[in-house]
Amino acid sequence: MILLELLAGFLLIGCFSFGGAYGAIPLICEVVLYFGWLDEEKLSYMIAVSESTPGPIMVNMATYIGSSQAGVPGAIIATAAVVFPAFLLVIILMAFLKNLIKKGAAQAILNGFKSCIIGIILATGVYMILINCIGNISGISIDIAAIALTAGLSVVWFGSKKIVKKGVSPIILICLSGIAGVLIYGWN
Amino acid sequence: MKMLIDLFLTFVRIGLFTFGGGYAMIPLIENACVSKKEWITHDEMMDITVIAESTPGPISINCATYVGMKKKGISGAIAATLGVTLPSFVIILLISFVFDRFLEIKWVSSVFRGIKIAVGILIVDAAFKMILKMKKRPLSILIAACAFTAVMLINIFALRLSSIILMLVAAAVSLAVYLAGRHKEKETKK
Repeated sequence: MILLELLAGFLLIGCFSFGGAYGAIPLICEVVLYFGWLDEEKLSYMIAVSESTPGPIMVNMATYIGSSQAGVPGAIIATAAVVFPAFLLVIILMAFLKNLIKKGAAQAILNGFKSCIIGIILATGVYMILINCIGNISGISIDIAAIALTAGLSVVWFGSKKIVKKGVSPIILICLSGIAGVLIYGWN
Repeated sequence: MKMLIDLFLTFVRIGLFTFGGGYAMIPLIENACVSKKEWITHDEMMDITVIAESTPGPISINCATYVGMKKKGISGAIAATLGVTLPSFVIILLISFVFDRFLEIKWVSSVFRGIKIAVGILIVDAAFKMILKMKKRPLSILIAACAFTAVMLINIFALRLSSIILMLVAAAVSLAVYLAGRHKEKETKK
């Protein structure tokens, strides 16, 4: 049963995650919370782990969630499910429909998907920051340390782009935030 | 067979050495498949980027499938896709066995409480980058703004509405506007 849920959930994610990894994160959150596989806290930890380990972020998330829910078979099914739609679509496009994606109607549909997902990603990030700093609607709690850390890391992240063209890499930001976490929340 | 193994190993290497996923992988694929192996041309690499952007799923999978298919048909596509997936699958599987116990250590959980903050910033930043890159047509901006507002409301008030529904509505609206535009064009031509 859990294997079927993993299969259905990750096929859905694989079918609708336009715009690469960050396009998938809102969908993964939604599906994972819907089935109750992980809580929000754990989910944001796993996004960080996926970002800091090599390979596609979606594959990393699928493997972890599958494994945490149903061991190795779960990991295989979730990973295969998230990869399969992309695999199949590329093959179909290459074999039969080479010119389809250049057609106006197909472009219009894609534009709709892509514009929509930009709004969804922005909302997901903004809401994640809100939860960190002031909690959710059923339990508002203002976390001064988290607000200060959000401000500090934002200055580092966006400020470094002013100095060096590419800015710091996500991995450096994640390391800095981890060190700050230990300083704020304690070693022991 | 030799080609299949070569495809597999090349993509294992690509999968192993790209951090941050997606677009970080494109220069590596270009280097391995265009410059070194000469499996595909630079123009085909551009095609791949367009296909990757127009299809859902991990960009690296789109690329691997394309290159594999080009060189050796379906079996090549499978070899390359397996190759690019395998390293992260193995690494994450190993992490998943110890992750829960690892989080019980106090300093590790402190580290992750800090990291959680960084993740929010990275996601907002990814959205900013996409906004900068998107073609700023009124319809696209309107759809993005509506989607943002809707998802914020859904999250804040814990409503039950899937963002997949939002995406389907957005696609339908976009298609309708396109068809209406074309219809009008035909009318004026008459």
